[in-house]
Amino acid sequence: MSEITPEVVTHLAHLARIALTDEEIARLTGELATIVDSVAKVSEVATPDVEATSHPIPLGTVMRADVPGQTLTADQALSGAPERDGDRFRVSAILGEEQ
Amino acid sequence: MSGSATGTTATGAAGSELITLDASELAAKLAAGEVSSVEVTQAHLNRIAAVDGDIHAFLHLNAAALDTAAAIDKQRAAGGKAAETLSPLAGVPIAIKDVLCTFDMPSTAGSRILEGWIPPYDATVVARLRAAGLVPLGKTNMDEFAMGSSTEHSAYGNTHNPWDLTRIPGGSGGGSAAAVSSFEAPLALGSDTGGSIRQPAAVTGSVGMKPTYGGVSRYGAIALASSLDQVGPVTRTVLDAGLLLDVIGGHDPRDSTSIPDAWPSFAEAARAGTRDGSVRGLKIGVVRELSQEGQGFQPGVLQRFHESLALLEAQGAELVDVSAPSFDYAIAAYYLILPAEASSNLAKFDSVRFGLRVTPPGGGTVEQVMAATREAGFGDEVKRRVILGTYALSAGYYDAYYGSAQKVRTLIQNDFASAFSVCDVLATPSAPTTAFKLGSKLDDPLAMYVNDLTTIPANLAGVPGISLPAGLATEDGLPVGIQFMAPAREDARLFTVGAALEQLLVAQWGGPLLAQAPALV
Repeated sequence: MSEITPEVVTHLAHLARIALTDEEIARLTGELATIVDSVAKVSEVATPDVEATSHPIPLGTVMRADVPGQTLTADQALSGAPERDGDRFRVSAILGEEQ
Repeated sequence: MSGSATGTTATGAAGSELITLDASELAAKLAAGEVSSVEVTQAHLNRIAAVDGDIHAFLHLNAAALDTAAAIDKQRAAGGKAAETLSPLAGVPIAIKDVLCTFDMPSTAGSRILEGWIPPYDATVVARLRAAGLVPLGKTNMDEFAMGSSTEHSAYGNTHNPWDLTRIPGGSGGGSAAAVSSFEAPLALGSDTGGSIRQPAAVTGSVGMKPTYGGVSRYGAIALASSLDQVGPVTRTVLDAGLLLDVIGGHDPRDSTSIPDAWPSFAEAARAGTRDGSVRGLKIGVVRELSQEGQGFQPGVLQRFHESLALLEAQGAELVDVSAPSFDYAIAAYYLILPAEASSNLAKFDSVRFGLRVTPPGGGTVEQVMAATREAGFGDEVKRRVILGTYALSAGYYDAYYGSAQKVRTLIQNDFASAFSVCDVLATPSAPTTAFKLGSKLDDPLAMYVNDLTTIPANLAGVPGISLPAGLATEDGLPVGIQFMAPAREDARLFTVGAALEQLLVAQWGGPLLAQAPALV
């Protein structure tokens, strides 16, 4: 089941927002193909009659009482920001020039 | 390593004696007024100054450690209610894995993308340590975002195994295990997603315990795989692990996966294990798939494992042969579930709210800044797992990979349920081999992944597990760990059987296993 090509890795890197270099794409293509071949064995026993488990210890939806309490101040929340503008996080343009 | 808390006062022979005491012994001396927390803390800071250049367990030292210790001493000296309300471990130093948020120290999770980041709040477990009067010594090295089994994937250099500096200390919590086993700290905190507490404990001759999923709060623990992660103790004795879990465990309304039950005292469970007859009639299931030759186990590991079981059998425990056929699929399921959840959890490192920001030459849109930041800030293993996880979750492959892995999880839970219908605890070696050489598995991700063979099933099923020293392998003289697992919520059984075995082994060795470790200075 080794359909991992450099084009697939390039697409995945775009989805994951990692600007991989060409050298990294070439290396990851080989490594991912090997790993995916190995982990694909899960399909041998994952038959339709088996239920999926998402969490090991089932707990219901956890709710808390809706009461006001102490939260982080704006300064605390912004304390690790790479760049801030007043009480906001500052980022570069969200849309490119052609958009 | 940064910070400047190591000081210069030599504590001499008294100080070097203090570092060899375990946490329960230190606690008793502190309570009796025989020693102060400042003296104990200074002795450990001196030890760190002397050996951490070789070990590199710490990424950051707490510059306020001695101040914290002095405040505890003052509270104890005041007597009355202030002294009476001190917790049993008050004044004892502790090392904290860098995956846990600390408001007064950087919290990097071993990643360049969080270099220098100081969180605005404490993880719940850290807040509980402080409230109990433990003294944080600093933050320990780890594989980046806890992805790895050797700590070689840290962005901040390798940690070395105190038994042999050319070997790995295990991972991802190699820093915490190396700190405890080299007597830099009597206690440490770790996190365990697929064995990151238990495997480092095994290969360094220390004790590591992964509680039941939901037993300890993960609020403020930088998430790797949310359906697997659990925080727990790293110590030199089973009793110390129980004392520490008693401090950090229990319900936290800030963690929606936290179990709202009342828990028994795990220190009491450990003490019960040292009493006569504590394992008489205990049924220990020996997992056939994880205890025999030809399954990748080093012969010396299997030898010490079976010798330990024989000791327990001689005390009246009953060994039961159990089979868990789905465990053969555990690694495959884990390396789909973990990358899938990690790729989602690590999306928060987007160069907007915290951490590194790298702008491409000539500027760029926020998306281009994100991609450049994540390229520069993530290491090779993190990129590998994020890309793999993105693949496993992508349309068209979701059912075949992530969906199938979740079904394997059900099968593994069924195997545990059937095993626990005929036994009280399960036993396996904690890791297939002793500590391997630094660099020996870095070029082969699959070889590294296979090392988690014995620890992963407990995470997939959410059950608790403990690793404790079982001796030294005859072929290389390095520590071997034995693992016990119990049904979910039955963590106390692990402390009882663990303390019982530890007592038998220490009597046989004539003292703790770590007393046989090479001198570092």
